[in-house]
Order: sequence, then C-alpha cells, then structure tokens
Amino acid sequence: MAEHAPYEFKNPVARWLESRLPILSFTKVHLLDYPTPRNLNYFWTFGGILAVMLVVQIVTGIVLVMHFTPHVDFAFDSIEEIRRDVNYGNIIQKMHQVGASMFFLAVYIHIFRGLYYGSYKPPREVLWMIGVLILLVMMATAFLGYVLPWGQMSFWAAKVITNLFSAIPFFGESIVTWLWGGFSVDNPTLNRFFSLHYLLPFVLVGLVFLHIWALHVPGNNNPIGVEVQSGQDTVSFHPYYTMKDLYGIVVFLLLFAAFMFFAPDYLGHPINYAKADPLVTPTHIVPEWYFLPYYAILRSIPDKLLGVIAMFGSILILFALPWLDTSKVRSANYRPIYRQFFWLLVIDSIILGIVGSNPPEGAWLTIGRIATAYYFLHFLVIVPLVGFLEVPRPVPKSISEAVLPPRSEFRAAE
Amino acid sequence: MSRSISLLAAALLGLMVQLVPALAADEKLPAKDVGFSFEGPFGTFDRAQVQRGYQVYKEVCAACHSMSLMRYRNLGEPGGPEFPPEQVKAIAAESKVTDGPDAAGNMFERPALPSDAFVKPFPNDNAARAANGGALPTDLSLITKSRAGWSGSLKTLYTTQLIKGMGGPEYVYSVLTGYQDPPPELAAEAPEGKHYNPYFENGHWIGMPPPLTEGGVTYADGTQATVDQMAKDVSAFLAWAGEPKMEERKRIGFQVMVYLLVFAVLLYLVKRRIWGRHEP
Repeated sequence: MAEHAPYEFKNPVARWLESRLPILSFTKVHLLDYPTPRNLNYFWTFGGILAVMLVVQIVTGIVLVMHFTPHVDFAFDSIEEIRRDVNYGNIIQKMHQVGASMFFLAVYIHIFRGLYYGSYKPPREVLWMIGVLILLVMMATAFLGYVLPWGQMSFWAAKVITNLFSAIPFFGESIVTWLWGGFSVDNPTLNRFFSLHYLLPFVLVGLVFLHIWALHVPGNNNPIGVEVQSGQDTVSFHPYYTMKDLYGIVVFLLLFAAFMFFAPDYLGHPINYAKADPLVTPTHIVPEWYFLPYYAILRSIPDKLLGVIAMFGSILILFALPWLDTSKVRSANYRPIYRQFFWLLVIDSIILGIVGSNPPEGAWLTIGRIATAYYFLHFLVIVPLVGFLEVPRPVPKSISEAVLPPRSEFRAAE
Repeated sequence: MSRSISLLAAALLGLMVQLVPALAADEKLPAKDVGFSFEGPFGTFDRAQVQRGYQVYKEVCAACHSMSLMRYRNLGEPGGPEFPPEQVKAIAAESKVTDGPDAAGNMFERPALPSDAFVKPFPNDNAARAANGGALPTDLSLITKSRAGWSGSLKTLYTTQLIKGMGGPEYVYSVLTGYQDPPPELAAEAPEGKHYNPYFENGHWIGMPPPLTEGGVTYADGTQATVDQMAKDVSAFLAWAGEPKMEERKRIGFQVMVYLLVFAVLLYLVKRRIWGRHEP
C-alpha cells in the first residue's frame, strides 16, 4: 500500500471531516493517486467492468424485487407481469437476466487473464484466493436467481443441483430435505432461494472490497509480470486508468446492450418460458451456458459422489494454483511452453462447455471424459512440470525498460 | 514442442466439428423459415396482420386454448394490433365474466371490460382435458417464447438462433401447416385420435386436429383466408402476445446503442488525449 502522504485540505469542512474520519485522503490515495503500472492492457479493464456489472445486477435486482412474488403459484406470472405491465419492466428484467450472462463472460475473461499473466503468484496469492471465493459466491447467486422465475428449467435445475447433495454419504438425503425445506422442491425452497439470492450479492460486495484491498497492498500485476520498481513504471490511477477503464466499460456495455435489446432470449432456454410443472420433465435439463463446463465434468464421471467432488474440485483446485505453479516467471509472454498450454486450457474449457450442452451419450461422453481428465491434468501435472522444464525467455528488468524508449532518446525528446 | 501442441489443438477442434453434426441429429423437423415483419433489429409488427391474427385466435384457437396472461386492454395498447378504444370495449363485451359478490352476497355475470383477462374456454384444466381426449390444450400466452423453431447443430446454435431468433413464431406456423399423412412405417402405430405432424415438439403425434381450413375465417380487410395466410397471421399475433413490449424494447435499444457508441468514441478520444500527455 502506498505511503499515506499527509494531505492538507484547504477547505475547513474537509479538514474537520479528515481529522475525524480520513475518508477523503483514503479516497485520494486509493482511487485517485494509486500508482498503477503504466503498461496495463485492455484485459485489465475487466476488473472495472465487473464492478459495474455487480452494481447493475444489484440495482436491477432491487427494482425487480419490488414487483416479484416469491410463491410457487405466482412467481412465474409475476415475472410476466413485470415484462408486460411494469413501466420499462421488460427492459429491467432482461437487463438482470442477460446481465448475469455478461457478468460471467467478464469474470471468465478476468480469470483467464490472471492465468495468462500469472497474477496468482506471490505476493498476490490472497488476492487470487479471494477472487476464487468471489467466483463461488457468484455461481451460487446465479443458480439461486435462476430458480426464482419458476419456469420449467428453473424448477428442474433446482431439483438436479440440490439432488447433488444426496451423494454425500450417510447424511445426503437428510441434507437435501433440509435444503428443500420439505420433501420436494416446493414453496419453501423458492422462498429460501429468494432470501439467499437477495443476501449473497451483498456478501459479494464485501468480498469485492477485500479483493480490492488485497490488490492495493502489492499493487497491480502487469503484462510483463515484473514488479513496479520506480515512479517511472507507474502512472496515477486517475485520470489515466479511470479513463481507460471507463472506455473499456462502455465498449463492454455496447456488447451487453446488443444482446439485451436485440437477442434477449439467445442466451437462455425457451422452455423456461413455460411454468414449472413437477410432473413433466424437460427432454434435456441443461444449465445456462456459464455452468456448462462444470456440468460436463459432473456428468463425465460415472459415480455420482466422485462427479460432485470433481465438479467442485474443478474450482477449488484454483485455490492451490499459486503453489502448483513452480515457475518464477509470471507473464506467459516470456513462457513459450506454458503459453501453449494456457491456450489448450482455454480450448479445453470451451470443449467442456459444448459437451455440457449435449446429452452425455456416445462420442460426447468420450470427449467429455478426455476433456475433464485434461482439465485436471493441466493443473496437477502440466503446470508444476512446465515450471521446472521450461526455459523462459529473458524478462525485461523493469516496466519502463520494456515500454519506454531508451533513456537517451527519452531525454532528447523532452 | 510448441508447434506440436498447436497442431494437437487444431486436430481436437477439427474432430469436434466433424463429430458435431452427426451427433446433433434431432428427430423433430426444424421449423419452416418465415420472413416475418417483426424480425431483425428494426422489425415491427404489421398491425393489420396482428389484427387478423387476433381474429383467427378468437374464432378458431380460443375454442380450446386460453391466453391467461392477456387482458382485453392489451389489444388497444401501442405496439400490438392497436384496435381503437371503442373496438377494444366491444371485443371485451362479447365475453361474459363472473363477478361479485354483490351487496346481497351473490355472484353475477356481466360483460367483460377491457381490464379483464381473456376469458378462458374451460373453467379448469380437468374440464379442458375431459373435452379434448385427455390432452391439455396449452395456454398460448407464451407459446412463441417457450418453443424453439430450430435447435441442435452447432451451426444453428451459433448463427441461425442469433440472426433469426429462436424461431418460436416459425414453430407455431410450422405446426399449423405441418399436418400430413404419416409415413407408411409409422402409420400402423398411430395412437388413437392423434395426428401426424413432424414439426410438433413432443414426438410426431399431436392431439390437436388440423385447426385451420381454407376460408375458416372471413377477414374484414378482404385478405384471402388461406391456411398459409391464417397460420402466418395467428403466429404473428402470438409473437406479439409473447412479448407485447417488443417494439418498445427495440426502439429504446437503438437509442441506447447510438448513445453508447457516441459515448465510447468520445471516451476513446479523451483517453488518448490524456495518455498522450504522458508519452515522452
């Protein structure tokens, strides 16, 4: 964390406040003057994009709650009333629903950026682990929210996912009954999911605060992965990165708006426009796209308990990543072998997603198993091994050496 | 080493592309593609068509199918058939609803008002089943939203659905015009009272007899009431009913896109200017 420079505020009210709660100097240190590596590329704007998406989800969510009825007999129709009779409700509801997809799109880009540039390596392990925690809470929130409209897929998703807990030995069935609040997915389930769906986003806000705190202690990683060494290497967060982030955010919002206004149903399942019917099972029960890779992992393992363990393991393994990676070099720009495996992991994740959207039969099952095995192989074998075997390319001494013209020219230009 | 990995990745992806079409074969036929006026980013409903579609619903479909989410007033609201207010009142008044209790505690019948929901053809689901050979006629409020016209192969998933939409209205059109004689190998196993329709979602056998017949309705605007025309009209009406605010959504969407685009350009220029200050 940057040294607390003693700010002298001229305004007497500011001085008065500052001596009682130093919120102004805190803002100045962490939001305005915060020294940021000068070479961050646009992949770094996804942090800001995610903050905006969280706010979008919370604000639209609060408005939706004003019109939603969490009851099995009315939930579905109340969402439809929002789409039909609430002023701009059709847009607010789509903003929330498509917003969830966009939130995940951004978070996956953010995570893969971290994987590519080695942002999980010392001294940023805690920052990374809080990030993984954020992903888990996000996933829980998204799942709980998906159940609320009480459509066919909502209902059956709730059934399938809660049933996973029945795989727990001895207590499985009791735990599922406890989760449901009864002997089937019914009104108590909907009510508690609603309650938790409202709670968890605020837990996310807290975790995001910790995430940013943990970021501001070591400072940002950067595309060359070399720590900041002097003022030459950094620029102040404002106006340089506030403006760059804002630009990135607005470009992302363009994509968001394009989906939301012109292909609002593309990312969802049509069958969720049919009201939940416990007596009619949909032909294919498939989660939203952002859960497909995990679903593929779950279904590629014949044993239910092991499948559940593998599914959760695919995320939990990220907690161990800072210690699994044996390479001292952060950025994959200087790691010719790791870089290849990084892209293979990206492809593997996409393949898992495609497999997850198809029934687990025939060739899909085989592909799913290979892709699942490869996913774990990447983290457990390839990453530790490549760190030992690979000869990294020479890394620049500093950020300014990498991105600024040589010193003499620099002087001449001035 | 690195090249071999890239090759492996390419081979894997190639394998996927090869496998996918073979695996994705679905028994349901994809819907027939209809060029509706409401497709695309600027598409709007053809008022006359949606009005004709309402007539088809009212005179044909409504005998069995409810539309529980619709109110008569919706018929006069902007973005739909936009019947004039007097006509909406007259349409509503054609149906009777039970109201009450009155001051004496009795229920009474009165003509429906624009604020009333579309009157249902059957008092409850059991009555509907009993009158329809055990099959429940689906509520049509969201039929064009809850059915996909095309799905399956990756190409459909990634391009057709994105460009033409999920194909719900096309699905309805295809089912309405898709009745045909069963192929000889299936004819023997035809279930009692079911009809062959390869576009129908739950298998090929549909409980609903072919609902549209040539000249089944008489259009006030003189349009020829062919089966094809009626199927298109009622699909358009149901598409509107599935999302009555579609036109508002697209209009605001266009404004938002223009705003964001201009804002993005300005931000880019500001950003470049600010960063330019710092370059040596």
